[in-house]
Amino acid sequence: MNGRSGGRGRGKQAGGQGRDAQRRPMFRRRKICKFCADKIDDINYKDVKLLMPFVPERAKILPRRISGTCAMHQRKLRTAIVRARQLALLPYTAD
Amino acid sequence: MERRYELAYVVSPDATDEQVTEIHGQVAAIIERMGVGRIEQTDNWGRRRLAYEIGRHKEGTYVVETIVGTGELMKEIDRRFKVTDLIIRHLVVRVDEADAVAERARSRRTETSRRRRVARGLSPDRQPGEGQRGDDEDRDDRGSQGAEVDR
Repeated sequence: MNGRSGGRGRGKQAGGQGRDAQRRPMFRRRKICKFCADKIDDINYKDVKLLMPFVPERAKILPRRISGTCAMHQRKLRTAIVRARQLALLPYTAD
Repeated sequence: MERRYELAYVVSPDATDEQVTEIHGQVAAIIERMGVGRIEQTDNWGRRRLAYEIGRHKEGTYVVETIVGTGELMKEIDRRFKVTDLIIRHLVVRVDEADAVAERARSRRTETSRRRRVARGLSPDRQPGEGQRGDDEDRDDRGSQGAEVDR
């Protein structure tokens, strides 16, 4: 029983987002700056794992209007990504 | 004027471990010759895949060194690295200012959170077992819901 209810809880949580978006297509989730929320003070070019989500497939820097990053952190992020590119930690372009 | 810099470089994958150590030795030698600065930290990341091909290389050995020294010193290291064929990429970044900014942001945040906690009549520091209560409540809700359905 315990296992079942647990499983159900997870399922609900996972499905919840999609359903919510379908029900109210006009309302967009308010975007939050990942770096403000996670209290990441310095965005370092060496931290490739942190930068990866901000350079999707084409390896272009994800714009602020999509990622929701605040202006200050987007600036720092840009510097970090550009530095990481110089060292071939991140690609300039995809193939 | 002494400043803290970070020197990151990518050594060709053809280089042996000895050659990588030798490059580190070269940096130390330059520092000794210039008579200023010191290496604070050396970090060898080992062999990594490059995000793109550089020349014909697909891999490289990454080394990051933290150096305290003058601009002249870094200029000399930069010049030497440019003519070293074994080094396929390098980057010199000044880190003391960025570190100071991050430190300031951190201290400002802890200070405001402490002040707010005191204003709310709490002790300035987070107590163990406190916080993340929202998560716990969520879990309880889900648990009771599950129980109801089961009944």
